[in-house]
Parts: sequence; structure tokens; C-alpha cells
Amino acid sequence: MTQRQDLPQFEDHSKQEHRYTTCYMCACRCGIKVTVEDEKIRFVQGNPDHPVNKGVLCAKGNSAIMKQLSPAKLTQPMLRKAGTERGAGEFEPISWDAALDMLTARLANIRATDPKKLAYFTGRDQMQALTGLWASQFGTINWAAHGGFCSVNMAAAGLYTMGHSFWEFGDPDWENTKYFMMWGVAEDHASNPIKLGLKRIKERGAKFVAVNPVRTGYQAIADEWVSITPGTDGMFALSMLQVLLREGLVDDEFLIRYTNAPQLVINNPGKQGDGLLLRDAEGNPQVWDQHTDGVQSALSPDVAPALLGTYKAPCGTPVRTAFSILMEKYMVPEYSPKAAAKACGIKADDIERIALEMAHVAFKETITIDTEWTDWAGRKQSQFIGRPVSMHAMRGISAHSNGFQTCRAIHLLQVVLGTVDCPGGHLAKPPFPKHIVPPIKPAKGNAPNTPLESAPLGFPTQPEDLVIDENGKPRRIDKAYSWDAPIANHGLMHMVISNAVAGDPYPIDTLMLFMANMAWNSSMNTAQTMDMLRAKDDKGDYKIPFIVTCDAFHSETVNFSDLVLPDTTFLERYDTISMLDRPISEVDAACDSIRQPILAIDRDVRSWQEVMVDIAGRLKFPAFTNEEGEPKYAGYEDFIVNFERAPGIGFLAGWRGKDGEKSLRGEPNPNQWQAYKDNQCFFKFELEPNQRYMRHANKDYMELAKEAGWVGTTDQIVIEIYSETMQKFRLAGQGLYDGPQPTEEHHKERLKTYFDPLPFYYPPLEQQRTDATEYPFYAVNQRPMFMYHSWDSQNSWLRQIMSQNYLYMHRSKGEALGIKDFGWAWVESHNGRIRAQVKLMEGVNPETVWTWNAIGKQQGAWGLSDDANESQQGFLMNHLINELLPGESEAGGQRMTNSDPITGQAAWYDLRVKITPVSDEDNELAGQNLSWPRFDKVQPLPNYTPASKMSSYSSHPNVNLRRGWRDIFSRGEK
Amino acid sequence: MKLGLVVDLDTCVGCHACGTACKQWNTSGTIGPLSDERPYEKDPSGSWLNRIRTYEVGDSPHSKTVNMPMSCMHCEDAACVTVCPTGASYKREEDGIVLIDQDKCMGCNLCSWACPYGARELDPNSGTMKKCTLCVDRIYDEQLPEAERQPACVLTCPTSSRVFGDFDDPDSEVSKLTRERAGQQLMPELGYNPVNTYLPPRNPKQQDQIQVSAMQGVKQLVNRIINR
Repeated sequence: MTQRQDLPQFEDHSKQEHRYTTCYMCACRCGIKVTVEDEKIRFVQGNPDHPVNKGVLCAKGNSAIMKQLSPAKLTQPMLRKAGTERGAGEFEPISWDAALDMLTARLANIRATDPKKLAYFTGRDQMQALTGLWASQFGTINWAAHGGFCSVNMAAAGLYTMGHSFWEFGDPDWENTKYFMMWGVAEDHASNPIKLGLKRIKERGAKFVAVNPVRTGYQAIADEWVSITPGTDGMFALSMLQVLLREGLVDDEFLIRYTNAPQLVINNPGKQGDGLLLRDAEGNPQVWDQHTDGVQSALSPDVAPALLGTYKAPCGTPVRTAFSILMEKYMVPEYSPKAAAKACGIKADDIERIALEMAHVAFKETITIDTEWTDWAGRKQSQFIGRPVSMHAMRGISAHSNGFQTCRAIHLLQVVLGTVDCPGGHLAKPPFPKHIVPPIKPAKGNAPNTPLESAPLGFPTQPEDLVIDENGKPRRIDKAYSWDAPIANHGLMHMVISNAVAGDPYPIDTLMLFMANMAWNSSMNTAQTMDMLRAKDDKGDYKIPFIVTCDAFHSETVNFSDLVLPDTTFLERYDTISMLDRPISEVDAACDSIRQPILAIDRDVRSWQEVMVDIAGRLKFPAFTNEEGEPKYAGYEDFIVNFERAPGIGFLAGWRGKDGEKSLRGEPNPNQWQAYKDNQCFFKFELEPNQRYMRHANKDYMELAKEAGWVGTTDQIVIEIYSETMQKFRLAGQGLYDGPQPTEEHHKERLKTYFDPLPFYYPPLEQQRTDATEYPFYAVNQRPMFMYHSWDSQNSWLRQIMSQNYLYMHRSKGEALGIKDFGWAWVESHNGRIRAQVKLMEGVNPETVWTWNAIGKQQGAWGLSDDANESQQGFLMNHLINELLPGESEAGGQRMTNSDPITGQAAWYDLRVKITPVSDEDNELAGQNLSWPRFDKVQPLPNYTPASKMSSYSSHPNVNLRRGWRDIFSRGEK
Repeated sequence: MKLGLVVDLDTCVGCHACGTACKQWNTSGTIGPLSDERPYEKDPSGSWLNRIRTYEVGDSPHSKTVNMPMSCMHCEDAACVTVCPTGASYKREEDGIVLIDQDKCMGCNLCSWACPYGARELDPNSGTMKKCTLCVDRIYDEQLPEAERQPACVLTCPTSSRVFGDFDDPDSEVSKLTRERAGQQLMPELGYNPVNTYLPPRNPKQQDQIQVSAMQGVKQLVNRIINR
């Protein structure tokens, strides 16, 4: 369009400025271009040049103005008023100096005596590289972020199988895939990139199959919706695997060259070493070489390994290939499509057909890219061969206590079809893939005034790596890396409050929370969690003596804090989205980005990044202190520029070197922030065409990855369909391990049962202990797209789209129970009951009910009025879920965590419920049209100003486009 | 010119990005501000120019979920314009955009009753009627980069399910899409001749398009000589 003379000047561009930064309303981290005028936001739009979102922006990003204007913003540091009870919500303002003096004194004392008495847990932040470094410099092993209650099953299963995973670790090859299967993805992870990708595949006519009990969002546009029964995806995947194995539809070349499928496994049932890989004197795994008809190193390029077979090793040990074990395991009636149909609620014919469709696309619609590349052994290859089947899976898989093995099962399908990091398949994103697994072990202990010897979180590969004491008891407050959850790579944040209050394994002094709403929707069992936060011992002291919360908004957790440190909004601070952390890379480029302040801070708040660096200096952490014992960094910006994790490797990979001429590795560049600002706040390092596929075995790529510090060696990453790590733990459970072994029977049982070196299906733990007749429905939840991951602020535009959640159930079931649309019902689990308003729908697995999560709020929180729908009709499903498994205590009186037995992932979606209509008497009792349970009102904070009853935001006086009188009089006729 | 939108129901996932992008741009745009009543209280309610409805069509098992963004259709025979007693509502001759002169609107609501698409909303603060302007304050603004001279909803749509253009130009993308994908007017029987069109969902990829029978009973897994 061109400028029309008859139009007024709507915008005064001379008064407007464009500033780039990175969105932070979810973990997608899109690039945004913000138009600012008179220090007010005119417009937030997607940055067209940005690798993540390519110019588009979601509903949240488009509502950033209202996040910035939220009346729930904290304005000053606050201290719980002396003499008042925790949770009563009575605070008094305190200066930053006084707050930090108080906190530093307390932390210094903890650090000098018993550093693990500080438990520092962070929510959906994206600065774990900094907070983890901080914790390890403090010397506490009790640190983790929210991954344990989010998606650690996905991260762990991927890293222990292929060296990468979904989302931040890898993406479907949207440009080339011809068959895309999406498992358990609600509206989440990742937001805009998935939407961009779905558009691409729909345009190209690729088939899109969505596996999900609920047909909302992405499932609505799928070519085929598979309305699976929650928690049975592993059975579905392995049943499809049986079909593929039965028909010989496996990529044997891929399996032999790139996986441990042909490696020889010791077959000595009941004896030490059973199930471990046969290794030579150098420790190399072995294969049966068909050229020499004997045992050879599996790592040699010159062997022709047998994929199937039972042999005798030279030492006489009976061995068989890993793939032979796999055949034996899955070619059984238990995994037949007929059996799976019953468990999964999917027709056997459909299971057969989908498996064969994928095989057809993988093997009959193969694509090739004619680019010469060098494989791991230095051999030139003339092309990349693509098997264009791709998958994406997320929380619907992850948030079950069988999620680790289910995710492994999905990866196994990908591997058997040869669709890993090939054109059209599932592609890794730098710095992934990593070797299986990264050589970082979790720190085991701490000492006063001493940094940890390694990071608090790492990757165990054997029982020796567990963080347990000499009696086999957990050392961490969340019991991560104990026999309860040996591979708890992200910790178990959902257990911290419960364990600390129980003093199990020990009491703590201070709980420090950042960006986590643990007194509300981020905890299971919310009402009892509130009681725990208030719980006192016999002497009248709080069982958790001191709670520090850093948040930007007035959350329910702020209400339960002793010290509140107010954070900035994302538009008011510097930040890094680092490759050391949770990277934003694309499949063909290594990327990172920054945030810069777009608006000036207008309240007495500080960014948590700045506060972290400040406290680190005050506490004289070695990495933050110079030789004179003075703070080494002037602040966060200075720290980011000058801190090096290894020589030349820092938080930001772009414009390194003293003149900014180096990428990925180089000495600090004093002008690095400016370089990012000059480049729209992101850095993108594109891979060469020969580095873009088969990276687990691609020398051209691995050499770059080693130089960049992403991997430690250029050795081939051999995909582990058979997990020797799992088998070591299983041997420990069997009493056959030459190393630490559990003493308690229930631990032994868990290891024997669940640490299977090959993925398998088992019903989720809670469901194993719940009477399905009494509680006939599965219950799950999801976030709406326009609130996905938006953990704060109660945005006034977005809450107009939804301010109340409903319990959704299938129309036929509602009718059978006599519950009408918009009727009220009791929803009851083993843990308690809630009252919720019901909506009936068609697009849901009939055995399943569900709701939108985290819509319900506590009255008085989040700057909402007392009558807000969120607190009156909205509800949380959390009340129905316990952080401990139901039923009898285990031997020794211990109730086990309601989590994946391997990773400790919170099992949010294992819930079963019964539903009964609300009677008139119930209504008399509890009030009309109100959700239940109800809670005391959260008191307003000091100096809180309620929002006005009318909001008319505009960044400038609006310029009306007037209709001329001539046009009016002629009624538009000329 | 006949400016309007094509909305692709095959790929709309109902994310509401277009709705809030519209709200964001236009609250400071020519038709703004778009006020919100009780923004932090019970039943918050404001004026929006683009709302996204999600429906289920049909009963199980023949049921489908459809996400349906709705904004002004910029009808060729716009009843909202005809009924306006003050002349505030008009359809621009040069490009067909239906607009409301805020200085002349008295908030009588006649136009919103006349509109069968629910495209007009009374602003709770100004008391005047608000509606989609096709971002008339963006599309002609030469100070914006050319690629950004688009309605805010089109710019932001993460699945590119919204396309803006001139329906009078047979070679425009909106004309081509409407032709090739059988774009439909909404409720054409009412006779207002809406300009915007909706692309119906594509037929799901047919199951027999993938020859699964060819995959059965062909192969057995045996050891082959394959060098690492």
C-alpha cells in the first residue's frame, strides 16, 4: 500500500523508538521489537529476523503491555511484620540495604556452619547457569530448578538414549518431514516454533498425527487424532514397535552404524555382571564381527557386526546382541496391537496402520540431500539419507511416573526407523547432541565456606554416583540422586517443602525461592502445602525457619514469605539466554540472546540477576572475589562479559575476542553487550551444510562442537537403545552389583522393576495403588495457549479470554452421571475433593476429565479483586494430587514420592478421580456457584493501590480518521 | 480496491495471538483506546475487534474442533453502515474498509444489532462503537517497513493463517487462496456480501494415500553384512 494523501498522520514516528529484546512471558524466548514512545509501550511485535519466532508472536507477547501495567507488581522489599504469623500476609517495607544485610548475615552463618541448610530452588527461570553456579559457590547441594516437576523425563530419556531430546534439545525437520507424530503436547513447549512448523507441514501435505486424550489446540488441526488413554503412550509406542519388528521394517544399517543395537550383552542371569556389555581389556564394548566370525571392538570402523545372535565370548561368557534381547522383549503377546488396544483405548487396526504408515514414509519415501560429509571414522559420505518421519513429545508423556521409559520407547521407535538427526527426521539443536551422557556428576557433599566440588546437578551412570551417605540415606533435601530417584537430573522441587517440614532427611534453615509459586499451583496438595509452610515445632518455631521469595508479582507464595525481594519485569533488565543454560538454538544454527532494559524501573525493585551477583560478592564466593578479597564484578553486566567457565567460554557465545571478532570461543570482549544490542539482541552461528545432519557421527560437526566446548571429544556418539546405566542400577536392586546397593526391600523392588535397560510399559505408580472401580476417571490438566508458561501477572487482556476454568468431560459420561453443561460436580481422589463447574464436550477420551491449570487463584492475590472469577469459580486440580503415593507406608514407615521412580519427575497426570453431581444440600452448605476448597483472603500489601474500574490504555492521543461531510450527505454515493 | 482478510481454518489452532495483537495495536491506534471494564475484577469485559471462538462440530465419533477468528467482514453491502443514523459508520470508497468516525458516533448500538457477525463492540468508556479498521493506520504508513504494512493480526499469526490483500486483484494472494482452496463467505445468504473469506479445513490425508499394504509380509529380519 502507498501513503494516501487523505489520511492523517496517525503515528508520530519522530517520537517513537524501536528497541529489541527477548520475550520472557514463557520459556519460548522469542525475539521482540518494542516500539516505545514517551517511555510507554506503543507496540510489541515479533522480530522478523529472529531465529526462534521469525516475526510472529503469541497472544501473551502481544499482551506484554498489560503485564507491565499489572497492579500485582511488587514495589519494594518487604519483611513479615514482627509478631505476625507467616501466611497472615502482614508485611512492612524494608530498604534494600537492610534486606540484603539481613539476608547476607543469615546466609553467611549458614555457609560457615552447614551450607546444605540453605535450600535454593528456582522456578521457570532461564538463568540456571547463574543460579547453579551461585549455589555451587555457596556450597549447598540443595539447589535445583523446576525441571523435576516439569519435563525432566523428556530431557533425561533423550540424553540417556540419543544425546539430545525434544524442544530445546531438538526439533522435527519441519522443512522436510512427511509424517509428523505429536505425543502428549497440549499447548506447550515450544509455543511459536511448533505453530510455525505445523503450518509448514500442512502446506506441504505431510501427515500430522496427534496423540492426546484431549482434542484442543494443535490436535484440532491434526489429520488424525488418537484419543489415547492417559499414561499408556509407552504401550502404544512399543506395540507399534512390535509391528515394525514383525514385518522386518527396521533400518538395520542405521542400527549397526550408529547405535549399540549390535553390541554384545552378557547373558548370565542371576550372576554379577549379567546384562552389562561385554568389554575388552580397554573397556571397549564388543560386537560379533561377521567378517572374522569372532568378537571385535564395537568401535572399530572395519567390522560387520551381527545385529542378531547368541554367542560365546572368548572367555566362555554367554552373550547375545542387544537387539536380540529387544526382539525377545517386544515380540510377546503383551505388546500385541490387540493387547495395546485394550490398554490404550486405540483400535488394534489403527495401531497396525500407523506403524506401517510410518514405515512406508521412512523406507519408501526416503529423501536424500547430496552434500558430502565426513563420518566419525573419517570416511567421506556423498549424501545424507533422510527417513522423513518425525516426532515431538512433551508433558503428556513426561508428567507420568512411567514417563522416562515411555519417552525412551518413543525414541526407540525413532531410532529403529532411522529417523534420528537425518533429513526429515528429528534434528538436534546445538549444543546438542552430547555424548551419552555428559561427564558431569552431581556434587555429593558440602563443607563450610567451600564451593562444591562439582555442579549440584549432573548425570549419574552408576550407583557410585548417587548422592547418598554411608548408610545409603539421601544427602539432598529433595532426595534427588538417592535410591528413591537415582537419575533425578533436575532435582525434585515438588518434594522440598514436604521433606524440609518433615525433617526428612534433615531440617533446613532457609528456603530461598525464585519465580516459583510453591504455595499454590506449582505444588501438589496445595492446601496441605500451605499448612506445612505455617507448621511449627514443639518450641513454637517454624519448621522451615526462614523463607525468602524473589518474584516480580504478588503471588500466593509471597504471602508465605518472611523476606520478599521484588524482581523487575522482563522489560526492565539485562539478561542472557545462554548456551550454557537452556539454549534457543535452531536445528541448523547455534544461537543465544540477551535482554536489555526497554523501560526504566519506576519502583524500588532490582533484577534477581543483579542481586545474585551482589550477594555472591558480599559472601566472598571465590569465583566472584578478586585477590584482595573484594567483589570481582561491578554487577551482572560485568559478570556476564568477564566470567569464563573454561578459557574463552562464557555465558554469551557471540562477539567474543577483545575486538568482538570471534564466535563461540574467545577471550572476553568489553563491548559484547553493545554488539548484541547492535544485532537485535541475538547471536546466530549457522552450521555449514555438511554439519547439519547425522551429527552424532559427523566429524565435520564434532570438531566444531569440541572447539565450541559443547562436547569434550570428537568420538562418535553411539545411540543407546540398550541402557547399560539402567542395568547397573537394576543389578544393585538384585544384589548383584559390585558397589553401592540399597538395603531396603522397596528400593530393591523399584530398581529391579523399573530400571529396565530397554523401555517397557507399566501402569503409573499411583494408578497401581488406586481402585479403578472407585475412581473411574483419569484426570489431567493443561495450560491454554494464551497463558502457556505465563506464570505471573494475571494479565488483564488474557483474563478476558479466560478467568475461570471448568472441569471438562465427555458428553456421554456427563449425561450418564446426570451432570449438565455448566452444572457443578464434586471431583474426588484418594487425596481429597474439590468442587468444580463442568463443561461437556466431544473431543476428549471418554475415560478422561481435564481442566485448564493455574487459572484458579487465591482470593486477594495477583492484584485481583475479591470477587474475581479466578478465586470464586476457578479451581486447582492440585488439591487432588499428593506429593506422596497413596496407600500403605513402605517398609520403614516411609511413603514414597509420587514421582517417576527413575528420574523423580513429578507425576501430575497419574491422577484418578470419581465425579458426583453437587446436590442442593451441598449448595446450601458451601454456597451457590463457588468452587471449593475456599481459602482465607490474602491481605493487600503495604501501599497497594487497587486497579481502577476502567482501563483505557493508549501510548498517545488517538488520531481519529474523520469522515468528510460530503461523504456523509451523499450517503457514500458519488 | 477491495481490501479484506482470508482466514485459514485448516491451520488456525485458536491461540488468540491475532486477538491480542489487534487489541494491542488498536488501543493506541486510530479507533482506540479499546477500554477494559473491571480489568482485575469479576467478569472483566472490554472492547475487542477480533475474537476467537472455538466450536465442536458434530457428535462423537463424527466430531471436529474448529477454531474460528471473527472480526469485521468489511461487507460490500454493509447493513451497519446503512442503519447508522449519524453517518459515523461508513465504507470507504477507495478500499472498501468499513470504519466508524469516532467524533460522529453517539453509541446508539443500531449498527451492532444490524451486524450478523458480532463484529462491533461498544467501548465501555468512550461509549462509542469500535470495530476492525484493517489497521488502516498501518497498511498505508510508508514509514513502516514495507513488509510490516499489514494488519497487526496478520503480522503476528504464528501459523500464518491470516492473509491480507485486495480481493479486486485476481492475482493477489487473497484472491488466489480463495479460488484454489474454495474460500467461503460466512452466511452469504444474509446478503451482505462479506469481503473476508474463510478457507475450510483441508481433507485429512487419506489413509489409503499411504500404501501400508505394501509394507506387510515382505521382509524378515536377518543378519546382513553391513560394515560400520
